[in-house]
Amino acid sequence: MSDQTTFEREGGAGLPEHPLPSAPEVTAVTVEQNAAAQAVAEGAMAVETTSVASVTVELGTSHFREANAAVRAALEQANTVVLTEVFAQRYLGCAMKAGKRLEIHGTPGNDLACYMDGGSVEVFGSAQDQTANTMNAGSVVVHGRSGDATGYAMRGGELLIRDDAGWRAAINMKQYGDRRPMVVIGGDAGDFLGEYMAGGVVVLMGRPGSHLASGMHGGVVYLQRAHVPSNLPQGLVACDLDAEDAKVLGGLLARYDRCFAGEVRPDGTVAAAAPLEAFVALRPASSRPYAALYAS
Amino acid sequence: MLDCRIPRYKVLRDADECIHCNLCVRECANEVHYLSKKTGALKADSMKCVNCQRCTVLCPARALAIGNWPQVDCGSAAWNLPTMADIATQSQTGGVLLASMGNPKPYHIYWEHLLLNASQVTNPSIDPLREPMETRVLLGSRPAHLRVNERARTLAEPLPPQLKLDVPILFAAMSFGSVSLNTQKALALAARELGTYFNCGEGGLHRDLEPFGEHAIVQVASGRFGVDPYYLNAGAAIEIKIGQGAKPGIGGHLPGEKINAEVSRTRMIPEGTDAISPAPHHDIYSIEDLRQLVFSLKEATGYRKPVAVKVAAVHNVAAIASGMARAGADIIVIDGFRGGTGAAPKRIRDNVGIPIELALAAVDERLRQEGIRSTVSLVASGTIRNSADVVRAVALGADAVSIGSAALVAMGCHQCGDCSSGRCNWGIATQRPDLTARLNPDQAAERVVNLVRGWNREIQEMMGGMGINAIDSLRGNRLMLRGVGLNEKELEILGVKYAGE
Repeated sequence: MSDQTTFEREGGAGLPEHPLPSAPEVTAVTVEQNAAAQAVAEGAMAVETTSVASVTVELGTSHFREANAAVRAALEQANTVVLTEVFAQRYLGCAMKAGKRLEIHGTPGNDLACYMDGGSVEVFGSAQDQTANTMNAGSVVVHGRSGDATGYAMRGGELLIRDDAGWRAAINMKQYGDRRPMVVIGGDAGDFLGEYMAGGVVVLMGRPGSHLASGMHGGVVYLQRAHVPSNLPQGLVACDLDAEDAKVLGGLLARYDRCFAGEVRPDGTVAAAAPLEAFVALRPASSRPYAALYAS
Repeated sequence: MLDCRIPRYKVLRDADECIHCNLCVRECANEVHYLSKKTGALKADSMKCVNCQRCTVLCPARALAIGNWPQVDCGSAAWNLPTMADIATQSQTGGVLLASMGNPKPYHIYWEHLLLNASQVTNPSIDPLREPMETRVLLGSRPAHLRVNERARTLAEPLPPQLKLDVPILFAAMSFGSVSLNTQKALALAARELGTYFNCGEGGLHRDLEPFGEHAIVQVASGRFGVDPYYLNAGAAIEIKIGQGAKPGIGGHLPGEKINAEVSRTRMIPEGTDAISPAPHHDIYSIEDLRQLVFSLKEATGYRKPVAVKVAAVHNVAAIASGMARAGADIIVIDGFRGGTGAAPKRIRDNVGIPIELALAAVDERLRQEGIRSTVSLVASGTIRNSADVVRAVALGADAVSIGSAALVAMGCHQCGDCSSGRCNWGIATQRPDLTARLNPDQAAERVVNLVRGWNREIQEMMGGMGINAIDSLRGNRLMLRGVGLNEKELEILGVKYAGE
């Protein structure tokens, strides 16, 4: 069994194996313009190509089910799969494990990298809604913007977005043990950024929308002092960075620059991380914001 | 501030019978029974009593009973004692009233207005003691057509994944955190023994329950607690929880004091922080979005697990269910407004949603009208109290039912409705180690197995009496039902004739 076919949690008890089905025959439809990938999808190169560094699959307008079957088949053959002509296919990188990498050219669809479990995804373009939905571990880098509910309920890994994020980014994020999700947004964020956030780190270079971090009860949002709203929701405190903040934030700003510095955005501005000194940390005053809400 | 509340119950101790063993003192986590510091006498603080009946069941001398507090109300039907008590509580706290278990209000229980048929003369009834009687149910979507390779005598296309139930009864979702791990273990053991499924709820799957994965339904709710690829693949099916009958339209707050180390590990959140499930899934604002989540779960599990979607029974439930079927749900779970909960705002529990009987009948009818009933399975829940309720639910259109409260009652729950306090004396709705230790999973499982086996025999008896030998022939068979005490509109929605017709 390859590592794509079983799901094991670190230190988890042995479970019956859950093999994923082999790629359906329809994959030929999705990759017919790419002989190498088609051969991969059909398993013709199964033995010889395990050492292939990367495989290219053209998705075109294929249905998400066919597209994902083709991607899974390609990931069986190579650790890096390059996807071209991507037209909004959903679920790319779904549950992808560590050691596997997708390079996406075009526009991936909703739920990119959902439940991803250690893999790496880089999008040379913009992503749609719910990028990194319930992602467990790994890395998503978007050379563009990302849509609504970006990073919904992320539990681990990093999500770097060069430009803006839509509404309700980084909501319901949580952390546990050594899993601490990190979301970096290079542009502005829509309303409700960090709503009900229970853990993890958000870095916002641009302006937040309204209702910033309402219901937040864990984790930290770093944003520029100049962008802290005057009507900060009750229960949140904005404070200067301490040494630990500077270390975490400094690392993420440097990571942003390594991914995006010098890239020109559609509006003509050049991507660059804001200086560390400009940021403050936004934290919840309590991990129990609604402790006094109820009576019985 | 003066506390204007008065006790609901009065502890009645028969001084002649009491042997002063003090067992009641040790057993009551609410500290109702106590020894007077001055005189050493055994006393009771009725104000703290929630009527869980732990002491009355365990008292070796049968010296204890719980009565109503003898205070009369003012005589007004509107301003009765519970109404006054709620106002007192809120005027003293400013809080949202919290309640537990199912809606206790005296709304119509339609089950009790539906009578079952039996064969007389014109067709023979069947004796299940001697003749085979099928109660096995398969849950999952069914293809519109079956393509068979006749030469090879095989299916040309694989069937969608199915759950196989030996009894038409599942255990309803109850999360670790709202109930104790021993409660979940008991349900898991019982599910394995009975050939059915338990549902771990939205709080993740504890590692002790992973060996029961073949009998587990894992739940994905808006908080996404414990959800990762391992979890999604650990059970036999996945249930998306949109709503719950006891609290339609709102989420859940598991208070920080219930998040101990084990709950924290299973939910994958820090100890002591509130576990908040937002009211909506923010990736689902429409039927199309639901389809997106259904298929993300199918992608994550290689299309090998049926995906169920659970909703509360609400006004437009029939249209909603139609959308759910079209969104790719393999199983639709409808939870009626009397369904239980570990905690819900009282006003929501008591006033929101509709009865499961009407919702189920409306959904089944709508799906049949649209020609899609056979593409999904239908599970009904929310006050299934006995085998006759199961038979009625199946006749109204359910493939199977879920039981939560009934299974808990089998384990010892006495429906006191104080789950949210975390002081469950029966070791069910609590995380306190001294209390959870009171529930032995093996013994509790045996009680649940006995209950369901007893019900299943009764179901066979009732089916046999109707001349039906397979539960498939009972499903949606409303001719087996007649209404009493119902008006024409109710009969129309339920799709049954009046008794005598």
